Amino acid sequence: MAWKAIDRVNAPAEESPSLSEPLKEKIRGFFDRYPTKRAVLIPALHMIQDDHGYVGWKAMEEVAELLEITASDVFDTVSFYSHFWTHPKGEKVVMACRSVSCDLLGADRVLDECKKVLGIGDHETTPDGKYSLMTEECLAACDHGPCLMVNEKMHKCVNPADVRKIIKDDANDKLDMPRSSLYDGANRTSA
Amino acid sequence: MSDYETVLLKNVGKPNSQRLATYVEGGGYSGAKRALEHTPDDVIDVVKRANLRGRGGAGFPAGVKWSFLPKDREVTYLCVNADESEPPTFSNRVLMEEDPHQLLEGILIAGYATQATVAYLYMRAEFAEQYHIMQVALDEAYEAGYFGKNILGSGYNLECYIHRGAGAYVCGEETGLIESLEGKRGWPRIKPPFPAIQGAFGKPTVVNNVETLANLPHIVNRGADWFLGIGPEGSSGPKLFCISGAVNKPGCYEGAMDFSVRELIESDRFGGGMRDGLKVKAVMPGGISMGILTADELDMKMDFADPAKYGLLGLGTASAIVVDDQTDIRKVLRNVARFFSHESCGQCTQCREGTSWMYKMSNRVERGLGRMEDIELLGEIPAKMGMMPGLSICGLSDGAAFAIRTIVEKFRSELEGYVRSENDDAVRIALEIAN
Repeated sequence: MAWKAIDRVNAPAEESPSLSEPLKEKIRGFFDRYPTKRAVLIPALHMIQDDHGYVGWKAMEEVAELLEITASDVFDTVSFYSHFWTHPKGEKVVMACRSVSCDLLGADRVLDECKKVLGIGDHETTPDGKYSLMTEECLAACDHGPCLMVNEKMHKCVNPADVRKIIKDDANDKLDMPRSSLYDGANRTSA
Repeated sequence: MSDYETVLLKNVGKPNSQRLATYVEGGGYSGAKRALEHTPDDVIDVVKRANLRGRGGAGFPAGVKWSFLPKDREVTYLCVNADESEPPTFSNRVLMEEDPHQLLEGILIAGYATQATVAYLYMRAEFAEQYHIMQVALDEAYEAGYFGKNILGSGYNLECYIHRGAGAYVCGEETGLIESLEGKRGWPRIKPPFPAIQGAFGKPTVVNNVETLANLPHIVNRGADWFLGIGPEGSSGPKLFCISGAVNKPGCYEGAMDFSVRELIESDRFGGGMRDGLKVKAVMPGGISMGILTADELDMKMDFADPAKYGLLGLGTASAIVVDDQTDIRKVLRNVARFFSHESCGQCTQCREGTSWMYKMSNRVERGLGRMEDIELLGEIPAKMGMMPGLSICGLSDGAAFAIRTIVEKFRSELEGYVRSENDDAVRIALEIAN
């Protein structure tokens, strides 16, 4: 194979979203909480991911500027944590617990059923962009294993036979509970 | 097992147990009020006398930890460790879900005792529901004047913020938590300096576990002698126990530390016996990091002293996973090895390499492709990692070492039996294909 050079002229432009002004304002709203700006990074990344669906390169560069750190500092942090996605994920993320209690209660069969119903593997996204699947270490609900989380909602004592019903249910990620308006870090600032 | 008055979980199951009004009606925040009427040193003194040992796993006395703070400090941070991620532990989840104000009162008392200016409640990202519960409760507590400026007219100021993690077991290690709070990778720091001298943002910091803090309102209200009167010497006070696996009533229970693993499984107060007539094969009584017990070792007491006699690392989180006699021990070994290889932060070579090496071998053994030298090595590697031989920065590798070493030591004949029964030709062919 011949040497493959970079073609900057014909390469498709990196298309990852920028931080909107309301989102930046929301991030700045956290500055008072910590003595350094860098400490706002993880809350900011959560906000970006809630807003954009993932943490793209552009967002990393812009949040670095906002927090007065380098983009590589941001990537250093992003790459450490399993909850941050650097590429678009599905609208809903199905997280299957695979730690010891769930495993002994049949978590592997639940995971297999998830893969079958969704038609994707671990850390993949369905073609329609609706679902991503990932495995999780201990979700801290071992008395109710096997556990599945769909975004914020925990599904407990899941049988492989229940998986299809859970995934078909449109409200499978809805948490019906009071939320704080003061410090709600998970509200979308834009559609 | 003595008669026991429920303290920490007494609000569980009450209607609206998460609301401030319910909590105050049951005598809530009276401990914090009492604490604010005394000096911070008085509060430290009562907690020291009660010998409240940390509930997060290490069992270090909380009052002593606080007294390491330098006297001439200007800023102090309090970090609350709600990064509960040790399988199979879920007691902090229950405390936050059912009685968030008990924890907030504990934070206020610990904050006052240490003269903290800001408290950060570090919650793991998977705690979504619990986050909303805690945040709504915190708003209520702010509104009622339990946080903010001049709390209850005492002149003491404390801000409290919830900081959400993003999925990393190692952030439950106190310096890993601090690094993560600072917006970095959750890489544990080399100690000393300990957090009490140089913690979050370079300032004196105290890191306490959720359950430890939940005890404080009761200690302040009822005194050190009441606390010392519960359970055996050196392991006093109310304690939460989790049990999961093949038992009839898996769940989170409260008691004194005065009963055995057998009672935890069999008693109607706790596990309610084994499910479907199954028998106990093994128990990991303190979270997976502490190591494993065989069915012959169920007389171990669930206190701070006894686990060491059975070759375990400690009481840990007092959360038991019961493995039944129908379960292949290779499955447990592989799962535990996978967990640690996934969660090793990668800073220390022997932990990063050792855990993934052990995972590869236990994977091989589980798939029926194991070799005798794999079992040999699975026993040997754990002896060469961890803080115990002074080789690593944090205790994660000790957890991995104890978990895997005790499984291999105590179930060696079973593991060797599997390897011996393998068809040599099949193994050779499979390995050739794999390699």
